[in-house]
Formats: sequence, C-alpha cells, structure tokens
Amino acid sequence: MLPSRFEYHRAETLDEALSLLATYGEDAKVLAGGQSLIPMMKLRFAYPGHLVDVNRVPGLDGIEERDGALRIGALVRHHALETSELIRSRYPTIAAAAPQIADPLVRNLGTIGGSIAHADPAGDLASVMLALGATVVLRSSGGSRELPLREFLVDTFTTQIRPDEMLTEIVVPAAEPSSGGTYLKQERKVGDWATVGVAVALTLRDGRIARAGIGLTSVGLTNLEATEAEEALAGAEPTDEAFAEAARLAAAAAHPVSDVRGSAEYKRHVVDVYVRRGLARAREMAAA
Amino acid sequence: MATDAAPTTEGRRRNARLQCGAMTTSIFGSAVLRTEDPRFLTGAARYVDDIPAPGALRAVFVRSMMAHARLSRLDASGAARMPGVVGVYGAGDLPLRPRPPAGNVEGPFERPVLARDRVRYVGEPIALVLAETLAQAEDAAEVVEVELDPLEPVISPEGALAEGAPVLHPEAGTNLAHAFEEAWDEDVLDGAEVVARVRVRHQRLAPAPMEPNAILAVPGDGGLTVWVSTQVPFDVRDELAEWLDLPKELVRVIAPDVGGGFGSKLHVYPEYLACAAAALRLGRPVKWVETRSESMLGLNHGRAQVHDVELGATRDGRLVGLRVDILADLGAYPIAAYLPPTTRTMLPGCYVVPRVASRGRSVVTSTTPVAEYRGAGRPEATLSIERAMDVLADELGMDPVELRRRNLIPPDAFPYRTPVGSIYDTGAYERALDEALRLVGYEELRREQAERRARGERRALGVGVCCYVEVTGFSRREFGAVEVEPDGRVVVRVGTSSHGQGHETAFAQIAAWVLGVPVERVRVLHSDTAAVPRGEGTFGSRSLQVGGTAVHEAASAVLAKARAVAAHLLEAAVEDVDLLPEGRVGVRGAPERSLTWEELAAAARDPARLPGSLEPGLAAEARPSQREYTYPFGTHVSVVEVDLETGEVTILRHVSVDDCGRILNPMLVRGQVHGGTAQGLAQALYEEMLYDEWGTPLTGNLAAYAIPAATELPAYESAHTETPTDLNPLGVKGIGESATIGSTPAVHNAVVDALSHLGVRHLDLPLTPERVLRAVREAGPA
Ligand SMILES: Cc1cc2nc3c(=O)[nH]c(=O)nc-3n(C[C@H](O)[C@H](O)[C@H](O)COP(=O)(O)OP(=O)(O)OC[C@H]3O[C@@H](n4cnc5c(N)ncnc54)[C@H](O)[C@@H]3O)c2cc1C
Repeated sequence: MLPSRFEYHRAETLDEALSLLATYGEDAKVLAGGQSLIPMMKLRFAYPGHLVDVNRVPGLDGIEERDGALRIGALVRHHALETSELIRSRYPTIAAAAPQIADPLVRNLGTIGGSIAHADPAGDLASVMLALGATVVLRSSGGSRELPLREFLVDTFTTQIRPDEMLTEIVVPAAEPSSGGTYLKQERKVGDWATVGVAVALTLRDGRIARAGIGLTSVGLTNLEATEAEEALAGAEPTDEAFAEAARLAAAAAHPVSDVRGSAEYKRHVVDVYVRRGLARAREMAAA
Repeated sequence: MATDAAPTTEGRRRNARLQCGAMTTSIFGSAVLRTEDPRFLTGAARYVDDIPAPGALRAVFVRSMMAHARLSRLDASGAARMPGVVGVYGAGDLPLRPRPPAGNVEGPFERPVLARDRVRYVGEPIALVLAETLAQAEDAAEVVEVELDPLEPVISPEGALAEGAPVLHPEAGTNLAHAFEEAWDEDVLDGAEVVARVRVRHQRLAPAPMEPNAILAVPGDGGLTVWVSTQVPFDVRDELAEWLDLPKELVRVIAPDVGGGFGSKLHVYPEYLACAAAALRLGRPVKWVETRSESMLGLNHGRAQVHDVELGATRDGRLVGLRVDILADLGAYPIAAYLPPTTRTMLPGCYVVPRVASRGRSVVTSTTPVAEYRGAGRPEATLSIERAMDVLADELGMDPVELRRRNLIPPDAFPYRTPVGSIYDTGAYERALDEALRLVGYEELRREQAERRARGERRALGVGVCCYVEVTGFSRREFGAVEVEPDGRVVVRVGTSSHGQGHETAFAQIAAWVLGVPVERVRVLHSDTAAVPRGEGTFGSRSLQVGGTAVHEAASAVLAKARAVAAHLLEAAVEDVDLLPEGRVGVRGAPERSLTWEELAAAARDPARLPGSLEPGLAAEARPSQREYTYPFGTHVSVVEVDLETGEVTILRHVSVDDCGRILNPMLVRGQVHGGTAQGLAQALYEEMLYDEWGTPLTGNLAAYAIPAATELPAYESAHTETPTDLNPLGVKGIGESATIGSTPAVHNAVVDALSHLGVRHLDLPLTPERVLRAVREAGPA
C-alpha cells in the first residue's frame, strides 16, 4: 500500500503552482487535501510522476460574499465550510452537507476544490453546488476562465480542466430572501460514501417557486442536476403535489447502478423519497 | 443484579482500596482499572509492526486475482532484477509441505503454503517477494508474472453440491468435506400441531480486527525468534518447528500486543510458514504486515451457514421437536469443519425441546476459508432457534415472550442434559428474561407500538427479544504459575494469550487477592514461549475460567507454602497461620507475629530456614482441567424504528442482561459486552462479505464492507445476573462472545417485529434498507 515513485513539488504561490503544472502537464497532479488522491495512489489506481502541493498557496481559502456572489476558495476545507458562520446563516444546503462528508479527520484536510475537481459522482459537494447553480473558476499561467459546474463535470473522474489549469474558486449566486435548502444523504454509516444523496435549494417569491435547484449524488456517471424537476418547479406553487411530481422527475433523471450499497431500483426510489422530503424541508425554511 | 455504573471514579476507589491491602473485600465485583491501558492510551503499546527489526527484509505476497484457476506459469525473473529485491519465491522454491485439513475432515483437502498448480480463492498467496524496503517489495510484486487459466468458480454452498459442480480439490473428488446426521430419519415433529419453518442465512463476515495479520521472523542460533499477531503462540511455535524441522526449543514465539483477533488469529497462516522459511534460508529477519485490503481476504471469514429450521409445537405453545438442516460454507480449505458440529450442540437453545434432529453438510467453495469468528458456531444456533421462536409465536398468535416463558428450561432442572447431549451446568433463564423486560419496559413499548400502528405512522416500532445460552471453556486444561520474588513482587505466568481482553489486570487481581498484595505488585507474563512453559491460548471465552483457575490454584499453593514457612519460622501451628488483613502472613489474632512477603520470599530461598519437607522458593505451578464446559446465558432486547418509506432502520435501544457466572471485574465484563454487542449489531444490520458470479469479492476493503462505528450504535444498557457455575473454584463462565451471540437475533427479531403487522415473517441478514423496504412493499399495506 505504498504509491509508486513520484516527485514532490511544493508551490508557495499560485504562479509557481501554475508554472509547475505547465511544465509537467499530464504527468502532474495537484495535491490538495490528498484525501482522494493519496488513497488512489496507494491503491496504484493513480501514479502521477509529479505532485504539485498547493496547500501553502495563499489566498485560496476564503469564504466570502462579494458582488452578489458567494466565493469559496478551492482550498477551503470541509471543516471550514461546516463551521463558517456565513454558510450556516445563509447557505443551508451547504451547511447541511458539510458535516455529512466523511468523518472529522477527512473533513480537516479535504477541500472543496479537490472534491469538485476529483469529479467522483459520490462526492457530496458537487451536488450541492449544482443545486445552487455554481460556476467554477479555472486558472492557468495563460489566464482564467469560468464554467458552469454542470458543464465542467464530464464523466466519472473527468472534467473540462486542462492539465495546466487549476481550479481556484467556486462561485455561487448570493442567497436570496425566502430561501431554504438541505442535503439528505443515505449512507450505510457515518463516513461512508452516499448510497444516494440529494441536495435541494428553494427560493420562494409571492407564494410561488422562484427558483428550485436539485443535485443528485451517487446516481450517475457524474453528480447530476435534475433539470426537468427544477423546471417543473419553477413558477409553480410549492405544494406537496408539485414536490411529488418533481421527485418523480428527479428519480427518472437518476441513472444509478446496482452495487453493494443497493440496487439501481432502490436508489431511484430513495431519490424520489428524499427529493420530496428535501423540498418540504426547504419550503419550511423558506417560509420561516 | 448489577447495572452499569460509571466506571472510572468507582473503579479508582476500588483500585485504591485494593492498594491499601484491604483484602477483606471479595475478589469479585472490583472494577480495577486495566493495568494495560496506560500503554495503549499513550501509544506505548507494541504491535508486531512496532518491534525494532534492524536489517529486516520486507515481505509482500503476490496473490490470486481469480477465484478458481490453473496456475500455468509463474515467472519471477523480472521481479528478481528489481532494485532491492533479495528473493522471489513460488511454491517450487520453498519446499514446504502442504497443510492438512481440520481434524474431522476426511480426505485430501490439503492446503499448499504457496499455490502450486491451482488457486482456489481470490487472495490466495502465490509468491513471496522479499526486498530491502517495503516500497521495493511492492514495486517488484507488481511485475511478478502470473498466468492463470480460469476455471469455473464455486460461489455458493448450494452450488458446491449441485450436479456437475466443478470440483475444487480433484484429489478429494467431491466438494463435500464433512457431514453428520443425528436422528435425521426420525419424525421429531410428530405430535406438533403447528410447525414454524424458516430458512436462516448466517451471512459470511470478515472479522476485521483493528490490527491486521503480521509476523516478524528473526533467525539466529540455529533457530528462530518470531513475533506474530496471534491468539495461540504455542500453536504457532509447534507448527513452525514441525514444518521447518526445528526442535521446539529453538523456536521462540512471542505475541506482543495484539490488536484484536475475534478468532481470526487462531490459525497458523501460510504466510507465517513462508516468511519463517525465507528468514531461515536467507539468514535475515523477515517482516510481513498485511494491508487492510489483504486482510479482508486473507484472514479467515466467519459464519457462512444456511439453516433450514422446522420447529414444532402444540397449540398452547409447548415445543415438540426441532429439525435443522445445516449447510456450511467452509471456503476453499476446510480448516474449521468442526464448527457446524459445534452449532449442533447448541441447537435447542435455552428451551425444553423434547426431540431434535439435525444434519450438517460442510462444503468447500472458491472463497476465503471460513473459520472461527466471535461466537464460532454458537451464534448460528442461537439465531436459528430465536428466529424460529418468533415465527412460531406469530403462527400461534402468541406474544414471543410468552412463548419463550412456556418453554425455558426451569432453574431447578440444572445440570440439564439436552437432547443433543450438552450438559448445561447452571442457569436461571427466566430471571435474566424478566430483568431485561423490566429494564426495557416491555409492556410500555408494546403499547406504543400499537398506538403507532393505529395512527399509521411512517416510523414503525419493533421490539425483539433473544434468550440465549452458549458454551464456553473449550480446551479445558490450562497452565498457570505464581512466584513471589525476593522483593515481594509477584509474577504470574499463564498460558492464555490476551489480545485486548485485559488478562494482565484480571489475573493480577486473582493473585493479588489470594496473596493479599496490591494489584500493582503483580506482573502477568503471557504469550511468550520463553517466559511461559506451555499454554493453549485465548479463544472460546475460556481464559478466566481455565487460565484464571490455574492462576488461582497456583496462587493458593503459594499461599499454602507461605503459611507453612511462616508457621515454621514463627513456631506456630500451620492451622493458626493465615493471610492477615494487612497483607502479611502470620498468626491469626496476633499481628505482631507475622511476616511480610519479602521476608517470606527471603526465608523460602534459604533451605536452612525451611521446614524439612519443603523445596526452596515461593512458587507453584498448576494445570487444572475443568470437568465440563460452562454455559453462560442471558437475554437481549432491542428496540428499533423502521422508516417504512425507505427501509432505514435505527436501533433506539439495546438492553442486555448477560449472566457469565460470578463477575470478577465488572469493567472488563462491560468491555466484552459492549464490543460483543457492537459486533452482533453489525451482523444484524451492516456486515456481509459478498462475491460476484466470478468469485471476485465485492466487499474486499472497508470502503465497501460496512462496519458500523459509535455513530451508528446505540448507548448500551447492559446489566447482569450472576449464577455461579460449580465447575471451577471461581464460579465464573465466559463473557467474550455472549453479547455477540445474544444481540444479533434481538435486532433481527425487532426489525421483523416492526413489520409483523404487515405480514412480514422473516428477512435475511444484514437488514439493509433495501431488504427491509422490499419486504414492506411485498407485504403490501397493513
Ligand atoms: C475515508 C474517506 C471518506 C470519504 N467520504 C467522503 C464523503 O462521504 N463524501 C465526499 O464528498 N467525499 C468523501 N471523501 C473524499 C474527500 O471529501 C476528499 O477530500 C475530496 O474528495 C477530495 O478533496 P482533497 O482536497 O482531499 O483532494 P485531493 O485528494 O488532494 O485531490 C483529488 C483530485 O483533485 C485534484 N485537485 C485537487 N485540488 C485541485 C485544484 N484546486 N485544481 C485542480 N485539481 C485539483 C487532484 O489533482 C486529484 O486529482 C472521503 C475521503 C476519505 C479518505
């Protein structure tokens, strides 16, 4: 259980990190919290020749609202999300998800950038960010670009990122009044990957649904956004019937596989139940 | 009756009392703090991997990726040229005899140390790579070329017996490794007005101790010193000596701190032999420490039995007869085929069952070998009878508790010989049941359950009861020795092999009590064949009753000798000399005429100061044998909530009343009950070792195999009754496995009970949300 041989580089600045990535290209991997990358290397599923440790790079660990958006630095640890006052008071979907990721040891190290760049469909935060309509900021020595998360995610462990790029920020539209949201996760035990996870975000305006976001974990090749369900909800009254229909659509959008955590059929059923429950909870919060 | 008390302060007070030498209090019931714990809590414990091993080569095994295949080629030439590599060995390079199957298996089901021409499970060792560093050994293991031509695997025990099934051991000509029948042709259900029928699957489990398997073999002086993570150091010594053709005296085996075993470290693993042989051949220390993923497939699995159970009764709920058909999956090599016969001896549980018929068939499959796992044969018996009792209660329309009451063996029936020939020593089964029901508030829970059902609540409440009796004290003879050193300190040597249980505390307590010295002055040596002359090890909840008894007997002999010495020196009659409350030995009622242990030890070394008939020294050895096994028992009650929409189960409460005879140290007992309950609940709700249709493990690491943690488990409400046994002077039975045996059926019954109003009668373990939901849906609306 030791990784194969690699070279270790510790970047002190973002520029240094980006230039190392530009130099080594495909043969390099960013090392953030290491909670996914190191296990993969130990199992020898991954054997990068060069690791670029970005943990010392300053300026990537902020959580702040600026210009109508919540901006979360790529190096923000799960623990920081879990304990942020700003997140707790204004972003209930994130607040609900963060403490359900792994266990305290992993949360102390794992980062949001790593979670999203890793693109494991069992990761919790990408679903949350899909539900919130987030975009990601990608930087390279040559410049930077911003992509909606739903476009960024391509396939399991595959994203739009180029070998010379680093994910530096996640940008979420700022919370609106009369909003609510939550994250429901069926896990066999604390610290387990989700059997199914459902992120919901709901904004009400004048007794109707202004915006609904639904992200799904562990039921597809990537974290999924249940767009049909979201569209069906937009503009509708937040009734149990509307939620049931959205849940049905979300379950239909899920493409789980059968594995030791449950059959595809069961997981789809849980999506249905959790979307209903999640929306009902979000409605309560939005009305409060 | 004792319920859990807060351990620490109370324990400390008791420690203090013992330290003051206030020996008038009983040995029993003292929650002496574990003397082991400071080293565990401060990280000073030493496991095999912590033993300094300068110059040790690191061993990595190349293992089979296929369940069943012909090994057509093994080419290590590339690996041998890798940096740091010192040796790569296949079966042909290490001429080690194959290992025989378990004693009761007939036929040639031998197990090679390294696979020869065939592999029979994923994970089977094929080659051993030795290099200067672990990284080098791992790199080299990756390039060992192994060619496997797949053969059809044998995945299930049913499949092993199917017509035309591939035969795993062609020399044996069959997959059936062991069979027995008892009264199988008799109609034991004759006279039954109602028969409950249920197929109980005891799923395959991975023991998964915290410390995986490990060995460090150091050659020298023509022999070997071996540190190994085992429960049976003497077995390891004997077998290493035999397989390596060394005299036993030249093999020293030490089990240092061992991070759990649960039965999985009762065997001499092929890796031990390969590493020891390589160390001898190369004249260099060899160290092997399993990875977790290796461990999940390398350490023997447990359970893996299927029972077809028929339990007959009259309409008024009197049991008439029991018939159980056991099909046991032994994995690739039948190394523990005695387990189904052990199950047989406990089939009727704690009930008066006039007639019992059973049959057992044990087969080989292309999976990891199955052997002892906490409870080893008894959990299977208990789960089957306890499930059948609930199914029967349902058929009879009777409360499951009432059905149990009508059939429990009454307290005046002991010793009680069951129809399968077990002799239960002592028991008060209904008392434990009553106490558990009282603690849980049974009637109140039934009321709440009815109310929830009436309201049609989404969260259904279930209550499950399990009355169990089990058997402990296997290998009934054990070695113990006690010696008072010149400074008055006491050394205890014992043949059991603590690997987490806390024997260093328990046995020190016994010697301290007998000799009237503080616990801190007693040192317990174990698990080192150079420090202890002989021993059996720790398994089957035997250690206190056989090892503790040996220590007790040896300590008593030392005290007797001390009295004789004191009487001689004080010119008193032996009858007037005794252990005095201050921890001195002297004349009763005349404390000024007494000697300290230091004085006694000094005198005992000087032949001139001894009465003529006595040998010098204050030491004694004992190796008593317990006449029969002991039978701990108890009742567990689980309260669960089931989400009828998702099938998710939450254990709300778990109450246990375990009776292990007299309780020496309540804190050690509590530890065993808590850990045992955790493992039992884990079997009920979480754990299962799964294979796909190719025989590839699906749960071969801890990301896939679900072991619950504190977050999933309820606060245990554990209490005890104490019904002493008369089979040993301490009156103690085993407690190491009881809670594992009692808890699984309680949860199982509780979950089925939560759904019983829907018509659900039985479910397979583990009770995953999906399984539970499917049952709800198939049952339809209430
Ligand atoms: C026992 C355990 C349980 C877990 N359970 C869960 C769980 O329940 N839910 C969950 O969501 N996650 C879980 N995780 C994963 C954990 O959340 C990881 O922290 C996360 O997936 C990856 O974050 P990281 O910072 O550790 O990334 P790393 O492991 O350092 O990197 C992961 C990948 O992302 C790349 N990468 C990292 N940062 C960047 C960046 N800024 N730009 C570009 N590429 C980057 C790396 O090169 C690598 O390919 C678990 C992990 C463990 C070990």
